[in-house]
Amino acid sequence: MLHCDGITLSVPGRVLCRNLTLTVEPGQMWAVLGVNGSGKTTLIHALSGLARCDHGAVLLNGSTLESGDSRQRAREIGVLLQQEEPNFWGSVLEYVLLGRFPHMQSWFGWGREDEKAALAALAEVGMTGLAQRRYATLSGGERQRARIAQILAQGPRLYLLDEPLQHLDLRHQTAALALFQQLAVERDKAVMMVLHDTLWPGRFCSHALLIHDDGTARAGPAREVLDRAVLERLYGCPLREFVQGAGRYFLPDV
Amino acid sequence: MSRPLLALALLTAAMASLFAALLFGTFPISVLQLLDGIFFPTPGVVHDVIWQLRVPRALAAFACGGLLALSGVLLQVLLRNALADPYILGVSSGASLGALTALTLGAGAALMNTAALAGAIAAIVIVFSLSFRRGDWNAYRVLLTGVVLSAGLSALISLTLVMAPQGQVKGMLFWLMGDLSYAGDPLAAWLILAVLTTLGITQATRLDLLGLGELKAQALGVAVTPLQLGIFFSAALATVAAVLLGGAIGFVGLLIPHAIRLLGVANHRALLPLAVLLGGAFLTLADTLARILLAPQQLPVGVLTALLGVPAMLVLLGRRR
Repeated sequence: MLHCDGITLSVPGRVLCRNLTLTVEPGQMWAVLGVNGSGKTTLIHALSGLARCDHGAVLLNGSTLESGDSRQRAREIGVLLQQEEPNFWGSVLEYVLLGRFPHMQSWFGWGREDEKAALAALAEVGMTGLAQRRYATLSGGERQRARIAQILAQGPRLYLLDEPLQHLDLRHQTAALALFQQLAVERDKAVMMVLHDTLWPGRFCSHALLIHDDGTARAGPAREVLDRAVLERLYGCPLREFVQGAGRYFLPDV
Repeated sequence: MSRPLLALALLTAAMASLFAALLFGTFPISVLQLLDGIFFPTPGVVHDVIWQLRVPRALAAFACGGLLALSGVLLQVLLRNALADPYILGVSSGASLGALTALTLGAGAALMNTAALAGAIAAIVIVFSLSFRRGDWNAYRVLLTGVVLSAGLSALISLTLVMAPQGQVKGMLFWLMGDLSYAGDPLAAWLILAVLTTLGITQATRLDLLGLGELKAQALGVAVTPLQLGIFFSAALATVAAVLLGGAIGFVGLLIPHAIRLLGVANHRALLPLAVLLGGAFLTLADTLARILLAPQQLPVGVLTALLGVPAMLVLLGRRR
Protein backbone atom coordinates (compact mmCIF):
# COMPACT_ATOMS: atom_id res chain seq x y z
CA MET A 1 0.00 0.00 0.00
CA LEU A 2 2.76 2.46 0.98
CA HIS A 3 6.09 1.99 -0.68
CA CYS A 4 9.20 4.08 -0.37
CA ASP A 5 11.92 3.55 -2.85
CA GLY A 6 15.43 4.47 -1.79
CA ILE A 7 14.51 7.63 0.09
CA THR A 8 17.07 9.86 1.77
CA LEU A 9 15.97 12.27 4.49
CA SER A 10 17.80 15.13 6.08
CA VAL A 11 17.30 18.05 8.38
CA PRO A 12 19.44 21.18 7.92
CA GLY A 13 23.04 20.14 8.48
CA ARG A 14 22.46 16.43 8.93
CA VAL A 15 21.52 13.41 6.82
CA LEU A 16 19.16 11.21 8.82
CA CYS A 17 18.56 8.09 6.79
CA ARG A 18 20.07 7.02 3.52
CA ASN A 19 18.53 5.05 0.74
CA LEU A 20 15.70 3.53 2.74
CA THR A 21 13.46 1.08 0.93
CA LEU A 22 10.36 -0.16 2.66
CA THR A 23 6.88 -1.46 1.87
CA VAL A 24 3.99 -1.30 4.32
CA GLU A 25 0.95 -3.48 3.62
CA PRO A 26 -2.52 -3.69 5.21
CA GLY A 27 -2.59 -5.99 8.21
CA GLN A 28 0.92 -5.10 9.26
CA MET A 29 1.85 -3.35 12.47
CA TRP A 30 5.25 -1.68 12.35
CA ALA A 31 7.43 -0.37 15.14
CA VAL A 32 9.93 2.36 14.30
CA LEU A 33 12.83 2.37 16.73
CA GLY A 34 15.88 4.61 17.01
CA VAL A 35 17.66 6.89 19.43
CA ASN A 36 16.78 10.57 19.91
CA GLY A 37 17.40 12.62 16.80
CA SER A 38 17.80 9.60 14.53
CA GLY A 39 15.01 10.80 12.23
CA LYS A 40 11.92 8.88 13.31
CA THR A 41 9.65 11.92 13.25
CA THR A 42 11.10 13.17 9.96
CA LEU A 43 10.40 9.73 8.47
CA ILE A 44 6.78 9.83 9.68
CA HIS A 45 6.42 13.29 8.11
CA ALA A 46 7.96 12.13 4.83
CA LEU A 47 5.77 9.03 4.65
CA SER A 48 2.66 11.14 5.18
CA GLY A 49 3.63 13.83 2.67
CA LEU A 50 4.25 16.54 5.29
CA ALA A 51 7.96 16.70 4.48
CA ARG A 52 9.91 16.21 1.28
CA CYS A 53 12.52 13.54 0.68
CA ASP A 54 15.95 14.60 -0.61
CA HIS A 55 16.01 11.63 -2.96
CA GLY A 56 13.60 8.91 -3.87
CA ALA A 57 9.84 8.92 -3.71
CA VAL A 58 7.07 7.74 -1.44
CA LEU A 59 4.34 5.96 -3.36
CA LEU A 60 0.82 5.45 -2.06
CA ASN A 61 -0.95 2.75 -4.03
CA GLY A 62 1.46 3.40 -6.88
CA SER A 63 1.24 7.20 -7.14
CA THR A 64 3.29 9.91 -5.47
CA LEU A 65 1.94 11.72 -2.43
CA GLU A 66 2.09 15.18 -4.03
CA SER A 67 -0.24 14.12 -6.83
CA GLY A 68 -3.92 14.25 -6.08
CA ASP A 69 -6.24 15.99 -3.69
CA SER A 70 -5.03 16.59 -0.14
CA ARG A 71 -8.34 15.56 1.42
CA GLN A 72 -8.27 12.35 -0.60
CA ARG A 73 -4.78 11.68 0.80
CA ALA A 74 -6.05 12.32 4.33
CA ARG A 75 -8.71 9.65 3.81
CA GLU A 76 -5.89 7.19 3.07
CA ILE A 77 -3.18 8.30 5.48
CA GLY A 78 -3.73 9.49 9.05
CA VAL A 79 -0.93 11.01 11.09
CA LEU A 80 -0.76 11.28 14.85
CA LEU A 81 1.76 14.08 15.31
CA GLN A 82 4.18 14.05 18.19
CA GLN A 83 3.34 17.66 19.04
CA GLU A 84 0.56 20.03 18.21
CA GLU A 85 -0.79 23.39 19.26
CA PRO A 86 -1.94 22.91 22.87
CA ASN A 87 -4.65 25.57 22.79
CA PHE A 88 -7.99 24.34 21.59
CA TRP A 89 -10.99 26.29 22.81
CA GLY A 90 -13.77 23.82 22.15
CA SER A 91 -15.08 20.63 23.71
CA VAL A 92 -13.50 17.18 23.43
CA LEU A 93 -16.23 16.14 20.98
CA GLU A 94 -15.58 19.19 18.79
CA TYR A 95 -11.89 18.31 18.83
CA VAL A 96 -12.48 14.71 17.75
CA LEU A 97 -14.94 15.84 15.06
CA LEU A 98 -12.13 17.78 13.35
CA GLY A 99 -10.71 14.39 12.38
CA ARG A 100 -13.73 14.03 10.08
CA PHE A 101 -12.62 16.93 7.88
CA PRO A 102 -11.40 14.65 5.05
CA HIS A 103 -14.89 13.12 4.91
CA MET A 104 -16.85 16.34 5.31
CA GLN A 105 -19.77 16.59 2.89
CA SER A 106 -21.25 20.01 3.53
CA TRP A 107 -19.90 23.52 3.81
CA PHE A 108 -22.18 24.28 6.70
CA GLY A 109 -21.49 21.63 9.30
CA TRP A 110 -20.99 18.04 10.29
CA GLY A 111 -23.29 15.28 9.14
CA ARG A 112 -24.89 12.50 11.18
CA GLU A 113 -22.17 10.09 9.99
CA ASP A 114 -19.46 12.38 11.34
CA GLU A 115 -21.06 12.66 14.77
CA LYS A 116 -21.50 8.89 14.90
CA ALA A 117 -17.87 8.25 13.96
CA ALA A 118 -16.62 10.77 16.53
CA LEU A 119 -18.74 9.30 19.34
CA ALA A 120 -17.67 5.76 18.40
CA ALA A 121 -14.02 6.84 18.44
CA LEU A 122 -14.45 8.42 21.88
CA ALA A 123 -16.02 5.18 23.11
CA GLU A 124 -13.02 3.21 21.83
CA VAL A 125 -10.60 5.21 23.94
CA GLY A 126 -12.97 5.14 26.92
CA MET A 127 -13.78 8.84 26.89
CA THR A 128 -17.52 8.86 26.23
CA GLY A 129 -18.13 10.57 29.57
CA LEU A 130 -15.71 13.38 28.73
CA ALA A 131 -17.24 14.29 25.35
CA GLN A 132 -18.67 17.61 26.51
CA ARG A 133 -15.66 18.61 28.65
CA ARG A 134 -13.54 21.51 27.45
CA TYR A 135 -10.44 20.11 25.74
CA ALA A 136 -8.23 22.62 27.56
CA THR A 137 -9.20 21.11 30.94
CA LEU A 138 -7.98 17.60 30.07
CA SER A 139 -4.85 16.09 31.58
CA GLY A 140 -1.89 15.20 29.37
CA GLY A 141 -2.88 11.53 29.14
CA GLU A 142 -6.52 12.37 28.43
CA ARG A 143 -5.45 14.74 25.66
CA GLN A 144 -3.35 11.98 24.13
CA ARG A 145 -6.38 9.66 24.17
CA ALA A 146 -8.52 12.40 22.60
CA ARG A 147 -5.90 12.73 19.87
CA ILE A 148 -5.99 8.98 19.30
CA ALA A 149 -9.80 9.22 19.12
CA GLN A 150 -9.46 11.95 16.51
CA ILE A 151 -7.38 9.76 14.20
CA LEU A 152 -9.80 6.87 14.77
CA ALA A 153 -12.64 9.16 13.69
CA GLN A 154 -10.59 10.08 10.64
CA GLY A 155 -10.48 6.36 9.87
CA PRO A 156 -7.63 6.22 7.34
CA ARG A 157 -6.28 3.02 5.86
CA LEU A 158 -2.73 3.74 6.99
CA TYR A 159 -2.04 4.99 10.51
CA LEU A 160 1.29 6.76 11.01
CA LEU A 161 1.65 7.30 14.75
CA ASP A 162 4.45 9.37 16.24
CA GLU A 163 4.90 8.29 19.84
CA PRO A 164 1.27 7.29 20.35
CA LEU A 165 1.95 6.11 23.91
CA GLN A 166 3.33 9.40 25.26
CA HIS A 167 1.70 10.58 28.50
CA LEU A 168 -0.34 7.37 28.78
CA ASP A 169 -0.32 5.29 31.97
CA LEU A 170 0.41 1.58 31.79
CA ARG A 171 -3.23 0.55 31.49
CA HIS A 172 -3.91 2.97 28.65
CA GLN A 173 -0.64 2.05 26.91
CA THR A 174 -1.70 -1.57 26.69
CA ALA A 175 -5.25 -0.59 25.74
CA ALA A 176 -3.96 1.66 22.95
CA LEU A 177 -1.60 -1.02 21.64
CA ALA A 178 -4.36 -3.62 21.69
CA LEU A 179 -6.57 -1.15 19.80
CA PHE A 180 -3.91 -0.55 17.14
CA GLN A 181 -3.27 -4.27 16.84
CA GLN A 182 -6.98 -4.85 16.36
CA LEU A 183 -6.98 -2.20 13.60
CA ALA A 184 -4.23 -4.08 11.79
CA VAL A 185 -5.32 -7.66 12.37
CA GLU A 186 -9.12 -7.43 12.32
CA ARG A 187 -9.82 -4.36 10.19
CA ASP A 188 -6.94 -4.83 7.77
CA LYS A 189 -5.42 -1.40 8.33
CA ALA A 190 -1.72 -0.68 8.14
CA VAL A 191 -0.18 0.75 11.31
CA MET A 192 3.27 2.22 11.77
CA MET A 193 4.29 3.73 15.08
CA VAL A 194 7.31 5.33 16.62
CA LEU A 195 8.02 3.73 19.98
CA HIS A 196 10.58 4.47 22.63
CA ASP A 197 9.94 1.42 24.70
CA THR A 198 11.60 -1.91 23.91
CA LEU A 199 8.94 -3.68 25.97
CA TRP A 200 6.21 -3.44 23.37
CA PRO A 201 7.50 -4.10 19.82
CA GLY A 202 8.24 -7.79 20.46
CA ARG A 203 4.77 -8.28 21.92
CA PHE A 204 2.51 -6.31 19.58
CA CYS A 205 4.29 -5.57 16.31
CA SER A 206 4.53 -7.75 13.24
CA HIS A 207 7.32 -5.70 11.69
CA ALA A 208 10.04 -3.36 12.83
CA LEU A 209 12.22 -0.64 11.36
CA LEU A 210 15.42 0.21 13.19
CA ILE A 211 17.05 3.53 12.30
CA HIS A 212 20.69 3.67 13.31
CA ASP A 213 22.58 6.82 14.13
CA ASP A 214 24.80 6.51 11.05
CA GLY A 215 21.86 6.73 8.65
CA THR A 216 21.56 3.02 7.91
CA ALA A 217 18.29 1.29 8.65
CA ARG A 218 17.06 -2.24 8.99
CA ALA A 219 13.48 -3.22 8.19
CA GLY A 220 11.67 -6.54 8.25
CA PRO A 221 9.48 -8.95 10.22
CA ALA A 222 9.75 -8.32 13.94
CA ARG A 223 11.09 -11.74 14.88
CA GLU A 224 14.02 -11.32 12.49
CA VAL A 225 14.82 -7.68 13.13
CA LEU A 226 14.29 -7.54 16.88
CA ASP A 227 17.46 -9.11 18.10
CA ARG A 228 19.07 -8.40 21.44
CA ALA A 229 22.53 -7.72 20.00
CA VAL A 230 21.14 -5.41 17.30
CA LEU A 231 19.00 -3.49 19.79
CA GLU A 232 21.95 -3.15 22.17
CA ARG A 233 23.97 -1.63 19.35
CA LEU A 234 21.03 0.62 18.37
CA TYR A 235 20.52 2.07 21.84
CA GLY A 236 24.09 1.72 23.09
CA CYS A 237 22.72 0.13 26.22
CA PRO A 238 22.94 -3.47 27.52
CA LEU A 239 19.61 -5.32 27.36
CA ARG A 240 18.03 -8.43 28.78
CA GLU A 241 15.52 -10.50 26.86
CA PHE A 242 12.51 -12.21 28.42
CA VAL A 243 10.24 -14.59 26.56
CA GLN A 244 6.80 -14.95 28.05
CA GLY A 245 3.78 -16.32 26.25
CA ALA A 246 3.32 -14.53 22.93
CA GLY A 247 5.78 -11.75 23.70
CA ARG A 248 9.49 -11.08 23.63
CA TYR A 249 10.36 -8.30 26.00
CA PHE A 250 13.61 -6.39 26.19
CA LEU A 251 14.62 -4.58 29.36
CA PRO A 252 17.67 -2.43 30.09
CA ASP A 253 20.21 -4.52 31.93
CA VAL A 254 21.38 -2.06 34.54
CA MET B 1 -25.50 29.97 27.70
CA SER B 2 -26.63 27.60 24.96
CA ARG B 3 -25.64 28.51 21.45
CA PRO B 4 -29.08 29.27 19.93
CA LEU B 5 -29.92 31.38 22.97
CA LEU B 6 -26.66 33.30 22.59
CA ALA B 7 -27.33 33.87 18.90
CA LEU B 8 -30.81 35.13 19.73
CA ALA B 9 -29.48 37.42 22.46
CA LEU B 10 -26.88 38.92 20.14
CA LEU B 11 -29.39 39.35 17.34
CA THR B 12 -31.68 41.19 19.75
CA ALA B 13 -28.76 43.31 20.93
CA ALA B 14 -27.91 44.16 17.33
CA MET B 15 -31.50 45.23 16.56
CA ALA B 16 -31.72 47.18 19.81
CA SER B 17 -28.45 48.99 19.16
CA LEU B 18 -29.60 50.01 15.67
CA PHE B 19 -32.94 51.17 17.08
CA ALA B 20 -31.20 53.21 19.77
CA ALA B 21 -28.90 54.76 17.18
CA LEU B 22 -31.95 55.97 15.26
CA LEU B 23 -33.82 57.12 18.36
CA PHE B 24 -31.19 59.13 20.22
CA GLY B 25 -29.41 62.26 19.10
CA THR B 26 -29.29 66.01 19.34
CA PHE B 27 -32.62 66.35 17.55
CA PRO B 28 -35.32 64.85 19.82
CA ILE B 29 -37.41 62.12 18.20
CA SER B 30 -39.95 60.06 20.12
CA VAL B 31 -40.38 56.29 19.70
CA LEU B 32 -43.71 56.87 17.93
CA GLN B 33 -42.21 59.41 15.57
CA LEU B 34 -39.37 57.01 14.82
CA LEU B 35 -41.68 54.08 14.07
CA ASP B 36 -43.80 56.39 11.98
CA GLY B 37 -40.75 57.66 10.14
CA ILE B 38 -39.44 54.16 9.43
CA PHE B 39 -42.64 52.50 8.30
CA PHE B 40 -44.64 55.43 6.87
CA PRO B 41 -42.01 57.84 5.55
CA THR B 42 -43.48 61.28 4.96
CA PRO B 43 -41.29 64.24 3.96
CA GLY B 44 -40.32 66.54 6.80
CA VAL B 45 -37.57 67.35 9.27
CA VAL B 46 -38.04 64.12 11.24
CA HIS B 47 -37.87 62.12 8.04
CA ASP B 48 -34.66 63.83 6.98
CA VAL B 49 -32.99 63.39 10.35
CA ILE B 50 -33.84 59.69 10.38
CA TRP B 51 -33.11 58.77 6.78
CA GLN B 52 -30.33 61.11 5.83
CA LEU B 53 -28.40 61.45 9.07
CA ARG B 54 -29.05 58.61 11.46
CA VAL B 55 -29.68 55.60 9.20
CA PRO B 56 -26.43 55.96 7.20
CA ARG B 57 -24.48 56.67 10.39
CA ALA B 58 -25.95 53.67 12.25
CA LEU B 59 -25.38 51.37 9.28
CA ALA B 60 -21.81 52.63 8.91
CA ALA B 61 -21.12 52.01 12.60
CA PHE B 62 -22.57 48.51 12.46
CA ALA B 63 -20.66 47.52 9.33
CA CYS B 64 -17.46 49.00 10.71
CA GLY B 65 -17.76 47.07 13.98
CA GLY B 66 -18.67 43.86 12.19
CA LEU B 67 -15.72 44.16 9.80
CA LEU B 68 -13.25 44.85 12.60
CA ALA B 69 -14.48 41.85 14.62
CA LEU B 70 -14.34 39.63 11.51
CA SER B 71 -10.83 40.78 10.73
CA GLY B 72 -9.79 40.16 14.33
CA VAL B 73 -11.09 36.58 14.27
CA LEU B 74 -9.30 35.87 10.99
CA LEU B 75 -5.96 37.34 12.06
CA GLN B 76 -6.03 35.62 15.43
CA VAL B 77 -6.28 32.26 13.71
CA LEU B 78 -3.85 33.13 10.89
CA LEU B 79 -1.14 34.30 13.25
CA ARG B 80 -2.15 31.90 16.02
CA ASN B 81 -1.75 34.74 18.42
CA ALA B 82 -4.44 35.86 20.85
CA LEU B 83 -3.14 39.42 20.76
CA ALA B 84 -3.48 39.82 16.99
CA ASP B 85 -5.86 42.58 15.96
CA PRO B 86 -6.89 44.11 12.63
CA TYR B 87 -4.17 46.74 12.84
CA ILE B 88 -1.33 44.26 13.15
CA LEU B 89 -0.85 44.31 9.39
CA GLY B 90 -0.05 48.00 9.52
CA VAL B 91 -3.31 48.82 7.72
CA SER B 92 -4.47 51.50 10.11
CA SER B 93 -1.09 53.19 10.41
CA GLY B 94 -0.73 53.19 6.64
CA ALA B 95 -4.21 54.61 6.19
CA SER B 96 -3.71 57.17 8.97
CA LEU B 97 -0.45 58.39 7.50
CA GLY B 98 -2.07 58.72 4.09
CA ALA B 99 -5.07 60.60 5.47
CA LEU B 100 -3.01 62.88 7.67
CA THR B 101 -0.63 63.74 4.86
CA ALA B 102 -3.62 64.63 2.67
CA LEU B 103 -5.06 66.75 5.50
CA THR B 104 -1.79 68.62 5.95
CA LEU B 105 -1.72 69.37 2.26
CA GLY B 106 -5.21 70.78 2.56
CA ALA B 107 -7.04 68.09 0.65
CA GLY B 108 -10.82 67.62 0.80
CA ALA B 109 -12.69 64.62 2.18
CA ALA B 110 -12.70 62.64 -1.07
CA LEU B 111 -8.98 63.03 -1.63
CA MET B 112 -8.35 62.20 2.01
CA ASN B 113 -10.15 58.89 1.63
CA THR B 114 -8.17 58.09 -1.50
CA ALA B 115 -4.94 58.87 0.32
CA ALA B 116 -6.01 56.67 3.25
CA LEU B 117 -6.80 53.83 0.88
CA ALA B 118 -3.44 54.22 -0.85
CA GLY B 119 -1.65 54.20 2.50
CA ALA B 120 -3.49 51.08 3.65
CA ILE B 121 -2.79 49.22 0.41
CA ALA B 122 0.88 50.21 0.52
CA ALA B 123 1.16 48.84 4.07
CA ILE B 124 -0.51 45.55 3.07
CA VAL B 125 1.74 45.14 0.04
CA ILE B 126 4.87 45.78 2.10
CA VAL B 127 3.89 43.35 4.87
CA PHE B 128 2.87 40.72 2.35
CA SER B 129 5.94 40.92 0.16
CA LEU B 130 8.32 40.91 3.11
CA SER B 131 6.67 38.02 4.92
CA PHE B 132 5.68 35.76 2.04
CA ARG B 133 8.80 34.87 0.14
CA ARG B 134 9.48 31.84 -2.02
CA GLY B 135 6.00 30.59 -1.28
CA ASP B 136 7.08 30.03 2.27
CA TRP B 137 4.73 31.40 4.87
CA ASN B 138 5.77 32.12 8.40
CA ALA B 139 3.21 33.51 10.84
CA TYR B 140 5.94 34.77 13.11
CA ARG B 141 7.46 36.81 10.30
CA VAL B 142 4.07 38.31 9.34
CA LEU B 143 3.53 39.34 12.92
CA LEU B 144 6.96 40.93 13.34
CA THR B 145 6.89 42.65 9.96
CA GLY B 146 3.49 44.14 10.75
CA VAL B 147 4.53 45.32 14.20
CA VAL B 148 7.80 46.81 12.95
CA LEU B 149 6.12 48.56 10.03
CA SER B 150 3.40 49.94 12.32
CA ALA B 151 6.04 51.30 14.69
CA GLY B 152 7.79 53.07 11.83
CA LEU B 153 4.54 54.50 10.50
CA SER B 154 3.51 55.65 13.98
CA ALA B 155 6.70 57.67 14.20
CA LEU B 156 5.88 59.32 10.87
CA ILE B 157 2.33 59.99 12.11
CA SER B 158 3.67 61.68 15.24
CA LEU B 159 5.97 63.74 13.06
CA THR B 160 3.03 64.81 10.88
CA LEU B 161 1.06 65.78 14.01
CA VAL B 162 3.90 67.92 15.33
CA MET B 163 4.45 69.64 12.00
CA ALA B 164 0.75 70.21 11.29
CA PRO B 165 -0.82 73.67 11.66
CA GLN B 166 -2.56 74.14 15.02
CA GLY B 167 -6.08 74.20 13.58
CA GLN B 168 -5.83 70.80 11.93
CA VAL B 169 -4.51 68.82 14.89
CA LYS B 170 -7.94 68.18 16.41
CA GLY B 171 -9.33 66.71 13.18
CA MET B 172 -6.23 64.53 12.91
CA LEU B 173 -6.64 63.26 16.47
CA PHE B 174 -10.26 62.32 15.73
CA TRP B 175 -9.10 60.30 12.75
CA LEU B 176 -6.38 58.59 14.80
CA MET B 177 -8.75 57.68 17.63
CA GLY B 178 -11.48 56.58 15.28
CA ASP B 179 -14.52 58.63 14.45
CA LEU B 180 -17.60 57.92 12.39
CA SER B 181 -18.76 61.52 11.83
CA TYR B 182 -17.41 61.59 8.32
CA ALA B 183 -18.31 58.01 7.38
CA GLY B 184 -19.37 57.82 3.76
CA ASP B 185 -21.93 55.55 2.14
CA PRO B 186 -21.82 52.24 4.04
CA LEU B 187 -23.15 50.14 1.12
CA ALA B 188 -19.75 48.85 -0.04
CA ALA B 189 -18.75 47.98 3.51
CA TRP B 190 -21.98 46.02 4.00
CA LEU B 191 -21.38 44.09 0.78
CA ILE B 192 -17.84 43.24 1.84
CA LEU B 193 -19.06 42.25 5.30
CA ALA B 194 -21.78 39.97 3.90
CA VAL B 195 -19.48 38.28 1.38
CA LEU B 196 -16.59 37.75 3.79
CA THR B 197 -18.82 36.46 6.60
CA THR B 198 -20.46 33.93 4.28
CA LEU B 199 -17.10 32.89 2.88
CA GLY B 200 -15.71 32.57 6.39
CA ILE B 201 -18.59 30.35 7.50
CA THR B 202 -18.04 27.99 4.56
CA GLN B 203 -14.34 27.75 5.44
CA ALA B 204 -14.95 27.51 9.18
CA THR B 205 -13.67 23.96 9.66
CA ARG B 206 -10.46 24.84 7.84
CA LEU B 207 -10.02 27.77 10.22
CA ASP B 208 -10.59 25.46 13.20
CA LEU B 209 -7.93 23.11 11.85
CA LEU B 210 -5.44 25.87 11.17
CA GLY B 211 -5.84 26.85 14.82
CA LEU B 212 -4.29 23.48 15.71
CA GLY B 213 -1.17 24.31 13.70
CA GLU B 214 -0.14 24.27 10.07
CA LEU B 215 1.26 20.74 10.18
CA LYS B 216 -1.88 19.36 11.79
CA ALA B 217 -4.13 21.12 9.27
CA GLN B 218 -2.01 19.78 6.42
CA ALA B 219 -2.10 16.28 7.90
CA LEU B 220 -5.89 16.37 7.89
CA GLY B 221 -6.04 17.43 4.26
CA VAL B 222 -6.21 21.24 4.33
CA ALA B 223 -4.36 23.01 1.52
CA VAL B 224 -2.67 25.30 4.00
CA THR B 225 -0.92 27.95 1.88
CA PRO B 226 -3.96 28.91 -0.25
CA LEU B 227 -6.01 29.07 2.96
CA GLN B 228 -3.49 31.38 4.62
CA LEU B 229 -3.38 33.64 1.58
CA GLY B 230 -7.17 33.78 1.56
CA ILE B 231 -7.29 34.68 5.25
CA PHE B 232 -4.59 37.34 4.85
CA PHE B 233 -6.34 39.15 2.02
CA SER B 234 -9.83 38.77 3.50
CA ALA B 235 -8.65 40.25 6.78
CA ALA B 236 -6.84 43.03 4.94
CA LEU B 237 -9.92 43.86 2.86
CA ALA B 238 -12.18 43.91 5.92
CA THR B 239 -9.77 46.15 7.80
CA VAL B 240 -9.38 48.59 4.92
CA ALA B 241 -13.16 48.83 4.51
CA ALA B 242 -13.57 49.50 8.24
CA VAL B 243 -10.75 52.04 8.43
CA LEU B 244 -12.11 53.99 5.48
CA LEU B 245 -15.45 54.31 7.29
CA GLY B 246 -14.29 55.16 10.76
CA GLY B 247 -10.55 55.64 11.00
CA ALA B 248 -8.49 53.61 13.43
CA ILE B 249 -11.14 52.52 15.92
CA GLY B 250 -9.34 50.39 18.46
CA PHE B 251 -10.38 47.61 20.80
CA VAL B 252 -13.25 46.11 18.75
CA GLY B 253 -11.15 43.80 16.59
CA LEU B 254 -8.96 42.61 19.41
CA LEU B 255 -11.50 41.93 22.12
CA ILE B 256 -14.84 41.10 20.48
CA PRO B 257 -13.55 37.66 19.33
CA HIS B 258 -12.32 36.96 22.85
CA ALA B 259 -15.64 38.04 24.34
CA ILE B 260 -17.44 35.46 22.18
CA ARG B 261 -14.91 32.78 23.12
CA LEU B 262 -15.35 33.61 26.79
CA LEU B 263 -19.08 33.12 26.31
CA GLY B 264 -18.23 29.54 25.36
CA VAL B 265 -18.21 29.55 21.56
CA ALA B 266 -14.99 28.35 20.00
CA ASN B 267 -15.63 26.85 16.59
CA HIS B 268 -15.46 29.33 13.77
CA ARG B 269 -18.79 28.37 12.20
CA ALA B 270 -20.50 30.02 15.18
CA LEU B 271 -17.70 32.30 16.33
CA LEU B 272 -17.48 34.25 13.05
CA PRO B 273 -21.13 35.35 12.68
CA LEU B 274 -21.56 35.91 16.42
CA ALA B 275 -18.44 38.09 16.53
CA VAL B 276 -19.75 40.09 13.56
CA LEU B 277 -23.08 40.63 15.37
CA LEU B 278 -21.48 41.60 18.65
CA GLY B 279 -18.90 43.83 16.96
CA GLY B 280 -21.59 45.62 14.98
CA ALA B 281 -23.91 46.05 17.96
CA PHE B 282 -21.10 47.19 20.21
CA LEU B 283 -19.79 49.83 17.84
CA THR B 284 -23.29 51.10 17.01
CA LEU B 285 -23.98 51.52 20.72
CA ALA B 286 -20.60 53.19 21.34
CA ASP B 287 -21.16 55.56 18.42
CA THR B 288 -24.62 56.52 19.70
CA LEU B 289 -23.12 57.36 23.07
CA ALA B 290 -20.32 59.28 21.36
CA ARG B 291 -22.99 61.42 19.68
CA ILE B 292 -25.18 62.11 22.71
CA LEU B 293 -23.01 62.11 25.84
CA LEU B 294 -21.64 65.65 25.41
CA ALA B 295 -24.11 66.75 22.71
CA PRO B 296 -23.93 68.87 20.68
CA GLN B 297 -20.23 68.08 20.85
CA GLN B 298 -19.28 64.67 19.41
CA LEU B 299 -16.67 62.44 20.97
CA PRO B 300 -14.34 60.19 18.97
CA VAL B 301 -15.97 56.74 19.09
CA GLY B 302 -12.60 55.07 19.69
CA VAL B 303 -12.56 56.53 23.20
CA LEU B 304 -16.02 55.13 23.90
CA THR B 305 -15.20 51.61 22.64
CA ALA B 306 -12.41 51.40 25.18
CA LEU B 307 -14.38 53.01 28.02
CA LEU B 308 -17.32 50.63 27.48
CA GLY B 309 -15.38 47.55 26.46
CA VAL B 310 -12.72 47.43 29.14
CA PRO B 311 -15.09 46.98 32.11
CA ALA B 312 -17.27 44.53 30.18
CA MET B 313 -14.24 42.48 29.25
CA LEU B 314 -12.88 42.49 32.81
CA VAL B 315 -16.23 41.23 34.11
CA LEU B 316 -16.20 38.41 31.54
CA LEU B 317 -12.64 37.47 32.40
CA GLY B 318 -13.39 37.41 36.10
CA ARG B 319 -16.49 35.29 35.62
CA ARG B 320 -14.52 32.44 34.05
CA ARG B 321 -13.30 29.79 36.45
